Amino acid sequence: MKKLLMATAAAALTAGTAYAGGHAKEVKLGVLFGFTGPIESLAPAMGDGAELAMEEVTKSGKLLDSATVTSVRADTGCIDNGLAVANGEKLVAEGVNGIIGGDCSGVTGAILQNVAIPNGMVMISPSATSPGLSTMEDNGLFFRTSPSDAREGQVMAEILKERGINSIALTYTNNDYGKGLADAIQSSFEEVGGEVTIVTAHEDGKGDYSAEVGALASAGGDILVVAGYLDQGGLGIIQGSLDSGAFDTFGLPGGMIGDSLPANVGADLDGSFGQIAGSDSKGAEIFAEMAKERGFDGTSAYASESYDAAALFLLAMQAANSTNPADYVGKILDVANAPGEPINPGELGKALEILAAGGEIDYQGATGVELIGPGESAGSYREIEVKDGKNETLRFR
Amino acid sequence: MDLLNALVALTNYVIVPGLSYGSQLALGALGVTLIYGILRFSNFAHGDTMAFGAMVTILLTWLFQSAGLSAGPLPTALLALPFGILGTIALMLLTDRTVYRFYRQQKAKPVIFVMVSLGVMFIMNGLVRFIIGPGDQRFTDGERFVISARTFKKLTGLDEGLAIKTTEALTVVTAVIVVAVLFWFLNKTRTGKSMRAYSDNEDLALLSGINPERVVMYTWMIVAALATIAGVLYGLDKSFKPFTYFQLLLPIFASAIVGGLGNPIGAIAGGFIIAFSEVTITYAWKKVLTYGLPESLAPDGLVQLLSTDYKFAVSFAILIVVLLFKPTGLFKGKAV
Repeated sequence: MKKLLMATAAAALTAGTAYAGGHAKEVKLGVLFGFTGPIESLAPAMGDGAELAMEEVTKSGKLLDSATVTSVRADTGCIDNGLAVANGEKLVAEGVNGIIGGDCSGVTGAILQNVAIPNGMVMISPSATSPGLSTMEDNGLFFRTSPSDAREGQVMAEILKERGINSIALTYTNNDYGKGLADAIQSSFEEVGGEVTIVTAHEDGKGDYSAEVGALASAGGDILVVAGYLDQGGLGIIQGSLDSGAFDTFGLPGGMIGDSLPANVGADLDGSFGQIAGSDSKGAEIFAEMAKERGFDGTSAYASESYDAAALFLLAMQAANSTNPADYVGKILDVANAPGEPINPGELGKALEILAAGGEIDYQGATGVELIGPGESAGSYREIEVKDGKNETLRFR
Repeated sequence: MDLLNALVALTNYVIVPGLSYGSQLALGALGVTLIYGILRFSNFAHGDTMAFGAMVTILLTWLFQSAGLSAGPLPTALLALPFGILGTIALMLLTDRTVYRFYRQQKAKPVIFVMVSLGVMFIMNGLVRFIIGPGDQRFTDGERFVISARTFKKLTGLDEGLAIKTTEALTVVTAVIVVAVLFWFLNKTRTGKSMRAYSDNEDLALLSGINPERVVMYTWMIVAALATIAGVLYGLDKSFKPFTYFQLLLPIFASAIVGGLGNPIGAIAGGFIIAFSEVTITYAWKKVLTYGLPESLAPDGLVQLLSTDYKFAVSFAILIVVLLFKPTGLFKGKAV
């Protein structure tokens, strides 16, 4: 698999070089995602999203001296720190000008510490959401186009409170993502005066969750919040709780939102609610359309964040008139935030023109990008309720 | 009334899941223990044999479902089960002919057999994933509940619900029938007796004219049947995923060893001991105690001995204690 990926990456590279033959300059962006491992189903669309932005810029011919942008794909394995770091170093050795990635929170931290900081390389991650990354020492080199889970915790607490829920039982999938999110939900909910009766982990990929459900049921609570994955243990916990009559209503954070959950559980899930990162910006629609033309699913999780990550790199380079990370890193926040002309997906050429002329832009992109604090997305969320076996969007927060 | 609620909560969250999980483990442990007793090695491929049997049954279940066959309120998989058993028997006999027989003729040591079974495990592992894929497969149909929590509450007016799934009831009933038939076979039939004789003393059995190849063949056939039944019941009750069957190997071996390897009664007892200790030690007793005790004594905390993360640790702690103090297991198996 690894060989195949490497071969594909190499092929893409050669193809890109051949294509770039007539141009003056080449910009290389590393695409460092988990093409194998637990999120291998999401990674291809994420890679395509990032490459869509690169193609758009190359075609416009307006980046620096009509430079071509080439993508160099590499694998993190999502949970394999050794592999991720080795591939990160390989990208740097190949002379990339920036790294889009990593994807899962654990490996992203490892790449940041072991590759990006020693080499002064800039990273923009589309999907690492662990709150730990907000406070990690990054020498200003790390950005992300997805919000931190700490923000999701606040949003969830707001929603719970508004619905008049005073106590919850909480279970999370036993990894960095689940633990971070559970901590965020617990602290935010307790801050607004709610009670968390129990916090317990569950392992994914098991057949039987009756022991976990038993403990949760005994602790009680108005609803059960499941910070897990919808195809994994999260589904098992919900099914087990419904079967034994332990809980009727569930709180569903981002990892649990998807069409397969209501389809698998059936009518009993009606009335459960949750939230997932997403915005009502026009950009999302445009991006989905563009993705469809290129032949991938633009609504796949984190595909649009990946597009934005790639676009931010290229716009910042244009603004700094340099492909050197040390030069353009300071411009990333400038192009992402106001003031300036709002830029939607598909308008990268126009943005490059404005920047070349010395103007300012406010990149909106596919997810309504707004970077705050240490360079992470402010994060708007879609509030969702399950009605008649479908996830329905109530409003945006 | 309150005591009644305590009892219902206990049954719902501890006894019912424990009984069905215990039956599944017991059926798995019986297979392991038979191989150990008669063929004299620990068969690591057992978990994947269960997966293979369940897979054949699932494929046939889908075929039956598409042909419109059904077993009424019972899962269609029951109709497919006999064919699943036949398929697994065929695979087992093929494996024995091509792999194990060679080492038997070499008079290989048990540890070599264990390693060989490890190899067989990886092949079966791949075979199952190759045919049906690594993902979750659902094949349960028919009536989901014997009694659901909501109906129970309505019927009795109690605060606590009691849910019994069809698959749970089915598991326990099937396990009882299978165990009864197996013991009848081992104790009353000529073949069963010759298997036990072969297990007790191989040389003596050979001298008295028992055909060893025959005994080995029957053992594989019975083990295939047990593994398929256990695999299908587990898949019906939970869900089918090749990896979970691989993980089942550990509690199954724990059950067999705790009960005494090579001893069928021990395997059954071991299955229930492991299942119930996993459930009871990690259960939060707050609810039951709040109902059962006078109000002044009701606990504030969860009254949970160990967090559910340590579920697997429990079975291994028991395993170690038993091996330390009674190496042959609770029911006198062969020395490990």
